[in-house]
Amino acid sequence: MNRHIAAVAAILWAQSAIAGNEFHIFPGDAAEEQLQEALILAEPGDTIILADGVYDIRNGLSLDNPDVTIVGAGMDRSILSFKNQSGGAEGLLITAGGAILKDFAVEDTKGDAIKIKGVDGIAIVRVRTEWTNGPDENNGSYGLYPVQTKNVYIDGSVAIGASDAGIYIGQSENIIVRNSRGEFNVAGLEIENSYYADVYANELTNNTGGILIFDLPNLPQQGGHTIRVFDNKSYANNTDNFAPQGNIVGLVPRGTGMLIMANRDVEVFGNDMRNNDTVNVAIMSYVEKFKDENYDPTPKRIHIHDNVFGASGGNPDTSEFAEIVTGALGTPLPNIIWDGVMPLPNFFLWGIEEGGRHSVHDNVYEANSPFGNANLIMYIVARWLHNPSLSMKDASETYPSLGPVSVVIRGVDVNDQTF
Amino acid sequence: MTRRSKALAAALALLAGPVGAEVNDTALAAARPPANLSEIGLFDDMAAMTPNSSVVPYTISAPLFTDYALKYRFVYVPASAGPAAYQGEDVLDLPVGSVLVKTFAYPDGAGGIHRVETRLLIHQEAGWKAWPYVWNEAQDEAELKVAGKDLALTATRPDGSTVDVAYHVPNVNQCKGCHVGTDGALRPIGPKVRNLNLAEEGGNQLDRLLAAGIIAELPADRGSIPATPTFTDEAVPLEARGRAYLDANCGHCHAPGRPADTSGLYLNWEEDREIHRGIMKPPVAAGRGSGGFAYDIVPGDPDHSILLYRLDSTDPGIMMPEIGRSTIDQAGVALIRAYIQLLGG
Repeated sequence: MNRHIAAVAAILWAQSAIAGNEFHIFPGDAAEEQLQEALILAEPGDTIILADGVYDIRNGLSLDNPDVTIVGAGMDRSILSFKNQSGGAEGLLITAGGAILKDFAVEDTKGDAIKIKGVDGIAIVRVRTEWTNGPDENNGSYGLYPVQTKNVYIDGSVAIGASDAGIYIGQSENIIVRNSRGEFNVAGLEIENSYYADVYANELTNNTGGILIFDLPNLPQQGGHTIRVFDNKSYANNTDNFAPQGNIVGLVPRGTGMLIMANRDVEVFGNDMRNNDTVNVAIMSYVEKFKDENYDPTPKRIHIHDNVFGASGGNPDTSEFAEIVTGALGTPLPNIIWDGVMPLPNFFLWGIEEGGRHSVHDNVYEANSPFGNANLIMYIVARWLHNPSLSMKDASETYPSLGPVSVVIRGVDVNDQTF
Repeated sequence: MTRRSKALAAALALLAGPVGAEVNDTALAAARPPANLSEIGLFDDMAAMTPNSSVVPYTISAPLFTDYALKYRFVYVPASAGPAAYQGEDVLDLPVGSVLVKTFAYPDGAGGIHRVETRLLIHQEAGWKAWPYVWNEAQDEAELKVAGKDLALTATRPDGSTVDVAYHVPNVNQCKGCHVGTDGALRPIGPKVRNLNLAEEGGNQLDRLLAAGIIAELPADRGSIPATPTFTDEAVPLEARGRAYLDANCGHCHAPGRPADTSGLYLNWEEDREIHRGIMKPPVAAGRGSGGFAYDIVPGDPDHSILLYRLDSTDPGIMMPEIGRSTIDQAGVALIRAYIQLLGG
């Protein structure tokens, strides 16, 4: 063989290796075993193709080999139904990096729908997770659920009916969630204990709360920061909170556009929020007792600008948390509320620490006051001294904008590849 | 034996056939294992489950609850690979070529047993591999089931009562759900020295494993070898029994760096921080698994403790562990109830 032919052969071989094998799965009695077997045998670069139809799946499915693609015929056409699930805590569990999930749905799982744990690289594109019976505390917790994962990409996906968060990213970093929709969940879209996220052009409606940016104590990764939330629509999130008791998301008042808790460096801009019955945006400290020396419960440097806030707060929730806030600030609540809670020495001596203050500017307020400091410490410990404030002085810092996040799947930036 | 004569002996053993005379090391090293368990030669007589002379039975002190199944454990270490060095912590470092064999069975109602499946953990050059084999009705062969299998069985509890079991033979990924190290690789769980350090007929199990060439050496001071308490032994203090049970049934996932560390709940034997052991710890992502309760463990109040609620359930969206059982370990629930009660002082 001359050198030229050898080179061509090598290129052809390399291309066939990249293309990988295909596993074709069709609905039917053998589908579950065939699909799980394919998920085990698929090697890097292989593709599992789910034909059109509804698949009756009884056990949790799992993928543990890297760089495998699962693709269906469309989020309303290739449907993995777990209505009869008898085993496994989630629908699909992914524990290897570089998975690409496209164009299928996971319905009615007993626990979480799609969980991705501890990997580098997950792309979820045009995938739907749904509990088809609508809001119900017996639904699973999370729809799309990457946790402890680096390089998370969610695009054009839909999550409906989760009893916690429809799209939930926890303890992760380098995250893009865009062009997706969350509806009839307790939380439409939640970023928790995570770093470096761009959340944009999503639509959240009919949830209890539209967008949550949370940080919780006693976890392997905490101190959530550097999150941009922009160009989203979060409106009419007025579904009663149906989270099972005991879950932190249970505190979210019905009618919340966005709730930021105990994160730092969150930039919120270009969003449109309206018709949320309690409030458009709330900035809160972690509200529960905790025992964790490494945890900071106080939100810092929350930067909210150039959003449009339509009328909200017309029918506030009556849960304990909402009652405290409306009790402190009156109704309707301002568009953006801050609990004013901080460590007590700060509170009594010098206020929120230098460099930690919030920044609110250049938003359009179609109704209600722009901003309110609920001053909840005094409201709770010494109500006769309580003095809420609608002044912008508590949110008048100046901060530069944060930079964009880059997410890399299988070695390539997501903006440089087509899914 | 010199290296060359070892290789020669191995080659001769391969040629010697028939299968059953020697363990088939070549089959164990292959990327895909044989379709039939008999081809590996771990058992001289499949129907009687008589192990090959180089396949050594063992037990562990704190087994996982799996729907009242009886478990028969064996370990094989190729003579050419030599025994595992002693280590007091973590799982025995078994050499490449080793196999851990675990057969799950139920009483057959006629004084014998009915074998359901045999799981192999094979240590290959590239790491540990897990494969399940499901036994046939004649009980003389077991077939590889890559994707696992669902079976409807009846189990007998220790008190003699029976219970229907939706038995799930786990696939390799599900095996890895628990059998995974902090490096993300598949790994054995059970054969830690502290679990093997058990009195048995004729002495201590560790001495037998030493003599059989599984462990290379033992400390001269046998008293210095760690031991996990046997949680069924009522002579052991209740708190130690409770923690030993949680370690065996939960600690392989609920530990730092393990699959369930996202919860911050760590139930491994070594954990000493109260909050991480679940005491007054709020849940993170429990969903309806919380049962409406606010904390994993409320000392003195088992009926308001999420941990007990999840042990006492068979709903896939609630129960813990997530896989490996379809029934409730009544004795385990009673033990953990007493343990939580005890924590209340």
